Order: sequence, then structure tokens, then C-alpha cells
Amino acid sequence: MITLTVDGKSVTVPEGYTVAAALAHAGLWAGRRAVSGGRRGPVCGMGVCYECRVTLDGQPHALSCRTLCAAGMEVRTDG
Amino acid sequence: MAEATHETDILIIGGGPAGVAAAVAATRRGRRVTLLDENFGLGGQIWRGANESPQALAWLHKLSQKKVLVVSGARVYAASPKAREVHAETPHGGQSWRYQRLILATGARERFLPFEGWTLPNVMGAAGLQALAKGGWPVDGKRVVVAGTGPLLLVVADYLQQHGAEVLCVAEQAARHKVWQLGATLWRQPDKVRQALELRRKLKKIPQFYGAWPVRAEGADQLTAVVIQHGRRERRLECDYLACGWHLQPNLELARLLGCAVTAGAVMVDEWQKTSQSDIYAAGETTGVGGVELALIEGQIAGYAAVERHDAARAGFAVRDSLRGWAQKLDQTFALRPEVLRLATPETIVCRCEDVTYRRLAECRNAREAKLYTRCGMGACQGRICGAAMAALWGWDADTVRLPVLPVKLATLQADS
Amino acid sequence: MLLATGYLLLIAGYLLLIAGYLLLTTALSFDVIIAGAGIVGAACAWECARAGLRVGVVEPRMVGGGATAAGMGHLVVMDDSPAQLALTRYSQVLWRSLAEHLPDDCEYRECGTLWIAADADEMAEVNRKAALLQSHGIPSEVLDAQQLTEIEPLLRQGLAGALRVPQDGVAYPPNVARFLLAQAVESGAKVFLGQKITGLSARGAELSDGTALTTNAVVNATGHWSPALTPQIPVKPRKGHLLITDRYPQSVRHQLVELGYLKNAHAVAADSVSFNVQPRATGQLLIGSSRQYDATGPEVEPHILQAMLRRVTEYMPALAQMSVLRVWTGFRAATPNHLPLIGPVAQESPKPKLYLATGHEGLGVTTAPGTAQILADMLLGCETAIPADPYSPINFA
Repeated sequence: MITLTVDGKSVTVPEGYTVAAALAHAGLWAGRRAVSGGRRGPVCGMGVCYECRVTLDGQPHALSCRTLCAAGMEVRTDG
Repeated sequence: MAEATHETDILIIGGGPAGVAAAVAATRRGRRVTLLDENFGLGGQIWRGANESPQALAWLHKLSQKKVLVVSGARVYAASPKAREVHAETPHGGQSWRYQRLILATGARERFLPFEGWTLPNVMGAAGLQALAKGGWPVDGKRVVVAGTGPLLLVVADYLQQHGAEVLCVAEQAARHKVWQLGATLWRQPDKVRQALELRRKLKKIPQFYGAWPVRAEGADQLTAVVIQHGRRERRLECDYLACGWHLQPNLELARLLGCAVTAGAVMVDEWQKTSQSDIYAAGETTGVGGVELALIEGQIAGYAAVERHDAARAGFAVRDSLRGWAQKLDQTFALRPEVLRLATPETIVCRCEDVTYRRLAECRNAREAKLYTRCGMGACQGRICGAAMAALWGWDADTVRLPVLPVKLATLQADS
Repeated sequence: MLLATGYLLLIAGYLLLIAGYLLLTTALSFDVIIAGAGIVGAACAWECARAGLRVGVVEPRMVGGGATAAGMGHLVVMDDSPAQLALTRYSQVLWRSLAEHLPDDCEYRECGTLWIAADADEMAEVNRKAALLQSHGIPSEVLDAQQLTEIEPLLRQGLAGALRVPQDGVAYPPNVARFLLAQAVESGAKVFLGQKITGLSARGAELSDGTALTTNAVVNATGHWSPALTPQIPVKPRKGHLLITDRYPQSVRHQLVELGYLKNAHAVAADSVSFNVQPRATGQLLIGSSRQYDATGPEVEPHILQAMLRRVTEYMPALAQMSVLRVWTGFRAATPNHLPLIGPVAQESPKPKLYLATGHEGLGVTTAPGTAQILADMLLGCETAIPADPYSPINFA
């Protein structure tokens, strides 16, 4: 099992899970705010649509659907 | 344009079935073979979570027995065909590969069409939800509506059901008789018949509607219900997810950047899987969407041809040609009907990255105007999602490909060679 | 009786014919034809049309599609020469009054420019500039190293300071061009899109589809293509590279330019790169810039791009980690003295009278309003608001 933080909250998921999955298990269906303010969640699941972006360990625009969870990762969403 | 440059003889881009098969075939002459894949694990899309497919496991095992250098997490963002070089961003920074022969196996992606509410969280692609689920996205106990078009819909419905989801229905836009006609042509391929019947059996409890499509996704912060149009009826289904995709489209960006000719939305290849550019081959979905078997045989033909094993390559022609015929029928069966091209309202967002509405795009006359005046296609997805919509809705084609083919760090572009 | 009716019908038919002919010819009869619907051509069309002239605009490709689409859209007062300062200052005043009319998609923002000084020499230049701008009534503020860090924290440590010019701004030029052209059309201008001027004659201009336009004056506002319409004018294409990042809101506040930019712009022969960063309303960063004289084609050139990126990350290390969405090139229309060509050309045949509104190099967007005013004044025979001699094509005759 891997523990990471999502918006300050601790989330534990099995190894091999993507960051997107960790978000969903934390009760967050959307990580991103669109240009006009609406909330957006992942769509394509394969790193093409760029809707799943989150800030990962301080780096914005990380694709959560294509990133595997690692222990101690710090994820920030657009809220 | 990169920190480290590697030399290889056969360079394969894409680690799905076609790329893997090409790598296996190309190693027989003792040439250096390198396989670049952007994901963290081989298998592409259809073999994602490869441990669930015996076929995938078998092929990956074959690959592991060969002397192929596999580089995972390598995202190819630029190429210099004259210098026979490609440039990739990897977890270890920018790297380049110089090749003698190149095989493009860059696969396909799901097509998305705009409709009211499609930007709500929990509206995903059909293949999209399956991919997410394979990465751990929760589906157990979730109510899912599967919609759109293509053979993937039933595959996805089956997968979701197997993993505990309650699939409320499958809404296929193609007319029932067209899909049945497709089924009737299967008699020549007993494997496919078996698969189809098996699928039917597993899904018999799920309502399947033909000539049906989503007209609206409802919800405030996220999806709460989907309205499906079926004939003259509108059915409102409360659900957790809408898994909606409209068949697949070949990934063409890298091929275009390399100057390979594209016809009918796919990379053009000859019988040896060679593109219009000398020393560049292409195989799999990128030459036309046709499924795993076709990707495997094309990959093998390309791999053999690239190392001049023409007899071995030729041995695959008959199977490939028959599977190609089937692929063409797929495209015809699941061609988009006019109604699904009119689902967007003037206020529906078409470009998700830049939030450009249908109304603003309808004022433009082509893709260039759309990009310049509305910024549609100028966002992070580099026009991949909205480009498909612009092509389907207005017939606008994005004819040019710009650098970088994928978003990369500025530091990657800066690094010296 | 029958005869009378017959005669009446004949006269009616004849009158209809004359009416039709007049309608057709007046429809294609103009006071001025403007070649090119980039931002300069569009601005000229607007000024001329609202001054009451009958304006026709001929554009083979897209409105705002040339250098207008490729550049940064930086609205800046530049003091490379007194004439340049005069034109950019004049234009900036016009931009500021135009601003409130611009629709949102023109993304006009008065974010100001920071001219960055890397060392004591450049800081002296900052002070000189401040004094010069002040003497022209242009507000500016000298910032020391500490203040610079506070106002733009992503800039590297160790810079000497900067000059802040608060009334400078940015805009999205293609949509400004479209807006100005639409305004021109509302004032009666006609646009011939997808057409090119294939010939000039005493009567006027002929278009690619054979249409003949009657006019007394033709304005060449075709940017780096301008020598094709009026040969032997000293306009050469000067290639530039640019790139745009993903969104990083609130990372950069002003348009940031290194003082070396002016040195590089002035250089005639060498290829050069400069640090130049603009925050867009979206939070994306527009990053440049480069200049080349002898480029062969529009392809991105890795060695120039790398040099440019090395330069920009020197000033702003944080840029290295940002995601780049697109890299492109464009061609500026450059003249030997770095001033645009605005005004009548020397010509053998007196009709139609040929004017230039081209050669703006990197200041086309900035000086479009000023250029348009000067040109309109010339066409109307009025005195121009600023002396126009420095921009006269006759200087190169």
C-alpha cells in the first residue's frame, strides 16, 4: 500500500494505482478548474486530453492518469 | 536538441501490440533494435494492465527473450527525418536516437464529440474509463452508462461489469441492422465469432440500444444523470459515470512531422508497411484502426521488412489483407450519423482546454481561423481532442503539425546535443 | 400606341443598363485600396473609412495572419531613435483610447514593461532612458535590485535593476486586426478576402480573379511580402522564433525585456537572441526572441532555439521547468534604418498613387494606430500629427 497526500489529506492506495485513481478514492472526481471556472476530471485515461492535470510535488501540469503513485507524493488540485 | 544521442539500427516508436511484434520480428538479423514507449509499462492501450491478457503476456514474454532495448517513459516530441533522428523527453532528461530504419507504431486514440454537459466530471471516454479503471479508478458498485459508437463499447461494458460496475445500458449510435450485418461477415473468422458470441452471452442482462445516443449529461459539480435519445424516446438515467467514446482515430502527429503521407485519416503504407518516406515504416492502428490481430501482423511485416526478411514479411500478407477488409467494414459500420454531429448547443464547449464554445467556432471558416481567432486547438492537448470534433462537425482538418509534438519542459528543448 | 410602349420599354431597358453599370462600377470604385489585412492594413482601413474615404481591402490569406499572428503583441514605447520614440509614443496614446472599445478577445492589458538591467552599465542606460522618457511626458519608474526582486520574483538574483514603463501594454493582434477591419466595414469599407493584387494600372488594381478595382491610391501594407507589390523597396524578412507555455498564472506580471534587446535589434547583420517574456491573460507565458537575416525557410532552427532558451533561462531560471506547448517562427518586415516606411513612393506613372505602410519590423502592432493616422492624413491632404518625414519611402529613393 502507498500513502500520499492530496490537498493536505492523507490517502492510501494499493501499489500500481495512478494518481488519478488516488484522487477518486479520496472523493475527488475532478482535479482541475477550467478556464471559465468549471470543474474538470479525467476523460481519455491515456494522457491525451490533459484534463487530469494536478500539481505534483510542486510541479504544475502533471498528468495524474499517467503517473503512478509513489510514497510521500504531494498532490495539489485546483480545489 | 538533446543531452544524449544514441545510435540504433531499427528504432520502433510505440510499445503496443504493433510495436512489440515489430521489435520481435526485427531482431532476427542481429541488428540493434530499440523500442521507445511513452508509458511506464509496455502494452499500449489495449494491453494495458497486461497481466489480464494471455495474448499480451505471451508476446511480452517473446520480447523479453530478444535483445531489444526498451526505453519506457520516452515521449517523442520532435524529429529530424533528414538526419534520421528523433528526440524524446525521458525521466532522465532529453535524449535523441539516430536510426537506420524507423517503425511508427503510435496507435490510436478515442474520438470525442461535444454534447450538452460533456465537460462534467465523471463523463469519460469509453476506452477512457476502462484505462482509468485499469489504473485503479473505482468502478465497483458504480452505475455506468456506456454510449457512443464502436466495437469497444461492448468490450468496455464487459470489463466494467466484470469489475463490479452496474452497467445501466449500452447506447450505440449505429443502426442495429448495420451492426448485425457486420456480425454476419464474421463467419470467415471463427475466432471472432466465438468472441462475439461470448460477449453477447456475458452482456445479455444489459439493455443494448441501437440508433441511440446521449443528448445531455446532467449535474452541477459532477455527473448525476444522462439523457439518451433512442428513436423518438428520451430516457433519463441516473448514474455515476458516463463512458462515452466515438470509435478510435489513428495518432498521426509524429507521422505528419516526419513528412509521411496520410490518406483517409491514416498513415499511408505499401504492402511492406513502408510509408511515403524512405526508411520509415508504420504498423498497427496508426495505419488504420483494425484491432489487435491486425496490429500484430502488421507489426511483424514491418519488422521483417525493415531487416530485409521479405519472405517472412510476405508470409503475413494474406492474413493482413483479410483483416484489413474487416477493419474497413468496421469503419463503415460505425460511421457517425448526422444526428450525433448536431448534439452541441451554441453554448456547448468544443475546445476543452481553452473553453471555446460551438457558437464562436461556427463563425470561423476553417481550422486555421479557429486557431487564430478563438485559440481552439492552442491549449495543452495541442488540438487532439477538439481537432477530432472540428473534423467531424465541420470537416476542418488540421493540416500542419507544430513542434513540439507533445508538451515538453523548456529545459528539454534547451539541452545541447 | 404600340410604338410608344415600345420606345418606353427601350428607354427603360437602357436606363436599367446604365443603372446596373453605374452600380457595378461604383461598387468597385474606391478612393483607396489597401493591400494586406494584417494589423497595419486593418488599422489603415479603419482610419480611412471613418474619415469618409471609400476603402477597399485586398487580402489573399487571412485577416491578421502574417506577422500579426506570429509576433508578441507588445505595445511599447521604444527609444532607439527620436523618430521611433515619436511614432511609438503617438501610437500608444491612440492605443489607450482604443482600448475601451476592444472586445475581450483582443486581450488588451496595460501590464507595463520592465527593461531589465543586468549590470551597472545597463543600469546607467536605465537612468538615461528614464530621463529621456520623462522629458517626453512618458511615465516611468527606476527600480533597484531589491524592488525588482519584489515585483518579479522569478527573475534571477543578481540583476542590477530595471526601468518600469507602466503605460506599455499587450494585446492579441489577430483579433485586434479583425476588430479594426470589422469597424472599417461598418464605415463602408469592402474586403476582398482570398484575393491578391495581380496588377496595377492607371485605373487602379486588378485582382487574381480578374476583378478590376478603380482607385486613385493603393497602400502596400503587406509586411515582408511588400517588395512583391512595389519592387525595390528596402524591406527584408527578419525571422524570429517564439514559444508559448502552459498556464502559470501570476508567475510574471509585466512584459520583461532585457536592455540588450535594443542592441540586438540595432545590429544589422548578425543573428541574435534576447530575453523577452510576456504574460498572457490566460497565464501562459510568451517567450522570445530571436532575429535572423538570412534564414532560408520557416522551419524552427534548433541552434537558434537553443541559444534563445539559454538566454531566457539565464534571466529567469524557473522557465526551465515550464511546459512548452508550441514553438513557431515568423518573419518581420525590416528596413535598414529600423523605421517603417509610411508614405508615397517615388513612381514613374502618376496613377494610381502608391503608398507604403510597411517595414515595421518588431513594432507593427505597437505602431499600427499611429501609422494608420499618418497615412489617412496623407491621403486626405491634412497635416500629420507628428512629422512624417523620417518614415518617408523617398528617404531610400
